[in-house]
Amino acid sequence: MPQPTPLLTLSGVTKVYQMGDIEVQALRGVDLSIDEGEFVAIMGASGSGKSTLMNLLGCLDQPTAGTYVLDGIDVADLVDDDLAVIRNRRIGFVFQSFNLIPRSTALHNVEMPLIYAGDTDLREERAMAALELVGLAERADHQPSELSGGQQQRVAIARALITEPAILLADEPTGNLDSESSIEIMTLLRRLNEEGRTVVLITHESDIAAFASRVVRLRDGHIISDERQVPRPIAGEAAEGGPQEKNPIEEPAQTAEVVS
Amino acid sequence: MSVFEAIRLAWQGLLANRLRSSLTMLGILIGVGAVILLVAVGNGASVQVQNQVSALGSNIVYIYPASTRGAGGVSQGFGSGSTLTAADVAALNNPQAAPHIVTAIPVTQAAGNMTYQNQNWFAPMTGSTELFPQVRDYTMAEGAFFTADQVTANSKVVVIGKTVVDNLFQGQDPLGQQIKINRQSFTVIGVFASKGSAALGNQDNIAVVPITTAWTYLTGGRGKNITQIIIQATDANSVTAATQEATSILAGTHQVDPANPDFTTQSQQDILAAAGSITGTLTVLLGAIAAISLVVGGIGIMNIMLVTVTERTREIGIRKAIGARRRDILLQFLIESMVLSGLGGLLGIAAGWLISTQVSAIKLGTTSLPPPIVSLPSVFLAFGVSVGIGLFFGIYPANRAAALHPIEALRYE
Repeated sequence: MPQPTPLLTLSGVTKVYQMGDIEVQALRGVDLSIDEGEFVAIMGASGSGKSTLMNLLGCLDQPTAGTYVLDGIDVADLVDDDLAVIRNRRIGFVFQSFNLIPRSTALHNVEMPLIYAGDTDLREERAMAALELVGLAERADHQPSELSGGQQQRVAIARALITEPAILLADEPTGNLDSESSIEIMTLLRRLNEEGRTVVLITHESDIAAFASRVVRLRDGHIISDERQVPRPIAGEAAEGGPQEKNPIEEPAQTAEVVS
Repeated sequence: MSVFEAIRLAWQGLLANRLRSSLTMLGILIGVGAVILLVAVGNGASVQVQNQVSALGSNIVYIYPASTRGAGGVSQGFGSGSTLTAADVAALNNPQAAPHIVTAIPVTQAAGNMTYQNQNWFAPMTGSTELFPQVRDYTMAEGAFFTADQVTANSKVVVIGKTVVDNLFQGQDPLGQQIKINRQSFTVIGVFASKGSAALGNQDNIAVVPITTAWTYLTGGRGKNITQIIIQATDANSVTAATQEATSILAGTHQVDPANPDFTTQSQQDILAAAGSITGTLTVLLGAIAAISLVVGGIGIMNIMLVTVTERTREIGIRKAIGARRRDILLQFLIESMVLSGLGGLLGIAAGWLISTQVSAIKLGTTSLPPPIVSLPSVFLAFGVSVGIGLFFGIYPANRAAALHPIEALRYE
């Protein structure tokens, strides 16, 4: 397998929060590199630093020390507005609580990143195409309140994809969904990954992490394990998965002990 | 993000809270409406006063004797001297020396207590020549003015204004009737057409007799006293030239320094300027009072925008996460507050305009307000100011929104 160029590299990243008089060390020196086309799950219990890591990866925040190079750009030195441009062009966010703009149609939500990018070419057509990709073209005129949780999350994924970002960052994307919708969303993310998109998934659920091909575990601000795995087969691929594969459901269950 | 997109976003934001947006707009609407209306009332009053001053007679200059100075330079008051003579009038009526003067007439004034049967009425008595109606711009409603012959003959005839007719004759025909003025009998030979009541005194409360008659019977032995000379200039533009000509002629006949004469000139334009400065002050005062409500409306906008920003903190976080820069957020909320105030301003202009057309129907006792005049500059100014208020009072809330940190904003519940 040829060595792909790393899409993002974190080296020696620390993050310290000041909460009143107390300094909280959320990250204590994280080194991580993710290649193009990977499907990485970052796992950890609450307080492990995974949300902080997600914020740093998503350029919502900057490290206290260390470097973060995304797509060839050293992010640590950038000012707020430059970070906004990076978020707009290179990162697609999918949040646990969907975070769609209320009282705006699905179509308008999806085209919003293009508005901030100042990209006016065929804006509506592209937004429609993105909605089609997630199978919601016929709901384009609906407002978020008229959509189910799974549908809202699919609109959010369409919004994340519209600017063709380098990386899709999903922060507990199934946290607010029932298990059926969860599988639907994870299947969608897997399909997008198979089409070549880089997906980074933050989760504390091992059966969700099982969809990824690489699992990074965090505890107390350190990476405690980083291993590749055979992803859990999704519905359409179950036959190809075959019995020779290790049972993917079992494997995370073992590591869950390590985490807790 | 283009300004057009920002306006679209702002519009959506306003529609999302219709009641709140309309109430906030109402604050600006009332402020702008009040400014438009009160400035229009002020303008209306100003125009009315100007019309009334013009009604005193067109293109005329008054010459009064200067105040006399007693020993030690104590001024004894305006018009207290008696320096104008028939010779002055004759000198002014000289087309060679004074090409811009059409005519100059002498006027003497006296108090007149008039009685007719059991009615009596008090009016200022004016003694003048047959040219008085032409110079002062009076026309006749009934009868005729006295002639040059009647002036020469000391005729005891009088021409009266409408107010005098109303109070003395109570509906009877005054023409040919005998009235007593200061116990002398006079025949009413004419009635002036009404000029309307003015801010500068009622011009219909007037009684004019030949000046010679006035000297003989009414001015009480003060001789051939001329209290003022009225000059009619050829047109409004030659009033200044006529004033200069009169000044140099009279300085010559009186043998005084033209820079420090013993008489005073006052043109219609001087009176207009004085009246204009009074009504101008009135307009500014009314506008300033109305402007206070505009500021209150502006504070209402700021208040609502702060609430909106707090309420939409999470939305701001989402927008920032998907790539909105500081200026995008700033623009969205600034335009939102400017749309709010600008729209309120437009509605306020419409309301102020509409009400101003109805104001003259309001009666205050017997007099009605002068019809308000909405001036176009005040409309543009009011709109500009209302948008400016949206900008000014929107900056702080918008800036607060733009400065939010995306992570904290996203976490906000």
